[in-house]
Amino acid sequence: MGSVFSLQQIVNGLQLGAIYALIALGYTMVYGIVRLINFAHGDFFMVGAFAAYGAFYLFNFFLPPGGCMAFLVLIMAMAGAGAIAMIANKFAYRPLRYKPRLSSLVTAIGVSMLLEYLFSATPFIGPSPRGFPELLKKRMFLIGGAEISNYVMIDLLVAAVLMIGLTLLIQRTPMGKAMRAVSQDKDAAKLMGIDVEKVISFTFLIGGSFAGAAGLLAGLTYPRIQPYMGILPGLKAFIAAVLGGIGNVPGAVLGAFIMGIAETCATAYNSLLGEGIAFVILIVVLLLRPNGILGEKTADKI
Amino acid sequence: MDKFKLPRLAIAGAIFYAVVQLLILTGVLNGYFVVIINRSMIFVILAATLNLINGITGQFSLGHMGFAAVGAYVSGTITTLVFKLSPHVFGDNLIFVGAILLGACAAGVVGFLIGFPSLRLKGDYLAIVTLGFGEIIRTILNNIAYVGGPRCLLGIPKFSNFTVIFLFTFFTIVLLRNLVQSSHGRAMLSIRENELASELAGVDTTKYKVLGFVVGAFFAGIAGGLLAHLLQIAHPTQYGFYASSILLIMVYAGGMGSLTGSILAAFSLTFLTEGLRVGIDWLRDSVGIPIGTEWTMVIYALLLIFVMLFKTEGFMGMRESKILIIEEKHV
Amino acid sequence: MSAPVLSIQGMSHYFGGLKAVSDFNFEVPEGVIYGLIGPNGSGKTTTFNLITGIYTPTQGKILFQGEDIVGQKPFRIVHKGIARTFQNLRIFGNLTAVDNIRVARHFTTKSGVFSSFLRLPSFLKEQEEVRDEAMELIKLMNLEHRAMDMAKNLPYGELRRLEIARALATRPKLILLDEPAAGMNPKETEDLMKLVLRVRDEFKVTVFLIEHHMKFVTGICERVKVIDFGETIAEGKPEDVVKDTKVLEAYLGRKAVVC
Repeated sequence: MGSVFSLQQIVNGLQLGAIYALIALGYTMVYGIVRLINFAHGDFFMVGAFAAYGAFYLFNFFLPPGGCMAFLVLIMAMAGAGAIAMIANKFAYRPLRYKPRLSSLVTAIGVSMLLEYLFSATPFIGPSPRGFPELLKKRMFLIGGAEISNYVMIDLLVAAVLMIGLTLLIQRTPMGKAMRAVSQDKDAAKLMGIDVEKVISFTFLIGGSFAGAAGLLAGLTYPRIQPYMGILPGLKAFIAAVLGGIGNVPGAVLGAFIMGIAETCATAYNSLLGEGIAFVILIVVLLLRPNGILGEKTADKI
Repeated sequence: MDKFKLPRLAIAGAIFYAVVQLLILTGVLNGYFVVIINRSMIFVILAATLNLINGITGQFSLGHMGFAAVGAYVSGTITTLVFKLSPHVFGDNLIFVGAILLGACAAGVVGFLIGFPSLRLKGDYLAIVTLGFGEIIRTILNNIAYVGGPRCLLGIPKFSNFTVIFLFTFFTIVLLRNLVQSSHGRAMLSIRENELASELAGVDTTKYKVLGFVVGAFFAGIAGGLLAHLLQIAHPTQYGFYASSILLIMVYAGGMGSLTGSILAAFSLTFLTEGLRVGIDWLRDSVGIPIGTEWTMVIYALLLIFVMLFKTEGFMGMRESKILIIEEKHV
Repeated sequence: MSAPVLSIQGMSHYFGGLKAVSDFNFEVPEGVIYGLIGPNGSGKTTTFNLITGIYTPTQGKILFQGEDIVGQKPFRIVHKGIARTFQNLRIFGNLTAVDNIRVARHFTTKSGVFSSFLRLPSFLKEQEEVRDEAMELIKLMNLEHRAMDMAKNLPYGELRRLEIARALATRPKLILLDEPAAGMNPKETEDLMKLVLRVRDEFKVTVFLIEHHMKFVTGICERVKVIDFGETIAEGKPEDVVKDTKVLEAYLGRKAVVC
């Protein structure tokens, strides 16, 4: 067993962190824009993994595994998860937009359960875990005493590209500006002529598709997928978003990488600790710095 | 000069008991139905206690089954040990009741610990933290080899029967009703309605928020103990997030803040689950449609979504049936 | 001259870098109706929040009947004898009007949770007392016809009276009214003025109120304090204060006064 803080662990942690980051971004964006903790977000991750699985076998009829196919599969994973996210928003969350927040929260739990059990109950998707196909050939490199696979590079690369794309979207495009406006003040944005519901729908699309990408990466890296695979990663990614400051985009990324490394190192030390570390982090954050590392203080008007 | 007030709840309870007992003795209800009725009553306790925390006090607990798990494991361990050591101890039932109550106390302590986050956190965050606590309890139980870890606590003696479960359920409802319809209960309701105003009306909101968790956890611990002694096993997966979600569906469908609603929902949904299971089995075996029992859960998930979308307040809303309302002098 | 019921000494409060209240020093004499006025955002509600313990002042002392209550939790301050109403009504909507008031009597009961479970005679007796006291207040506030109605169904004017009744149910020595006349028409405002006077006389409380309604303030307040940007700009009898130049400037702007 390597030491707890070795390069190997750090690398593994970064890899895990990249996947958490993509999920956490979706959580934080949705929370920023509608103040909803979308419990079903982890299941968008799962949908992405299964969409990727299905896409692989579909494309495999006329394409060999490899870079080109992988790219198409990624698109399908993102599209599939993004679509489900938009559907969930349209039918389950939008009607409750102006009702007490707890209703939306409970509905999100319902959507989460629905996705999990639907995938579990459908015969050809089924409850049993499935092995994810080897989309790209796995190659190992030995760098500085650590075994690093090309999957690590891919995970980090895909995550980085998507995150840069998101930053550009938010900072440079009109839609991005609209998103920022809506997240600050929905009503004012409406009065400025912004189609708020369209912006919210788009946010769900982006958030969901990122989770879907994470699903593909997870399927690739930890090649077993099953309908309940989204529960724990979803929860941990949420905690990561809270750690970084819920609603804060760079915060989500920061929190995710911290979470990934912490989890990997904790598991190396003791598997029970590894299971529990996420909750320990959550409790510490909520007690000591509820607004997260990069979060801002919000004051309630009494 | 009070006119005689009919103890409506006692009468309703007695009628229910007598009718069911009669049906059992005459063989109309076989063992299978009795099990379903027993489970329904246990879920009545669970739903009512979750309602106390979520519906009455306005907090948000997502790990409620964790309290039941503590009750199940503590009481199950006690009876397993005692009866393994000396099989026919005089006063069997007394030991059973004692074990249940000890399990409930342990659950109450856990409720006290979980009550504290509720002081600083609201809505969404509280939900996640209570969910986390529920999972932590499950993980801990999964890792204690002494109580069977991932392989169940086995061989719990079967003490739960219709009468025992009925008595515990009846008393839980009576006690909860008494609490809610007292000034303590009104203090808790005021926290739900407007916490700041409640504090400024002199209510020690800290005390009552924690109290909600403690009382809710205590009785949930009783339910867990009863369940363990009915099924004769206890396993961490029985008390995970999904069990807690089913409870949530019961409380919301029945009506947040209505004990009557929880009772109705617990019975309805337990029977519905059985009905669906039988129906699905029939469809699969006789007609050949390849569907599994997960479809029950798909239906429940849809039920939850529909309730939240179209009838958020649930079947009863916040109203109580006349049977459960304590009559008061009018002006 | 009796001791002041409330004595604020050197009280300042900052929200981060923003000064909300700066070096307040004033006393509210017993039995007086004391008004606090000022433009929006001047720190009036913050002052109320500081007195009732919702915020702890960054500096200073708040002496209530001689005792420094800084740092105490709000519900304890209520027990000591300060009650308040809110600018935006904070009613328990899904409780009946009577129950809204009963909640405020709860802290006077001694029966614990166990006696409520078992409905012991001592518990039942206390509950009846609470009920009777609440009904008395209902009658006093002319809300008898609404006693059993859900509070959320009551019209605005009656809700304001209900909030005052709820505050009085805690048997306060000092009652803080935060814009009690907000949203009222002239007739309702006049009725409210009479009500506040009655409350002061019959319940022997000191009234400290925030209002924008000048007629209301000059009509019933015996002393008035004017603040702006967290600082006191005038204090004294209403008729004097209204004519004070600094006050006029604060409300109407410099130009309006100079011209």
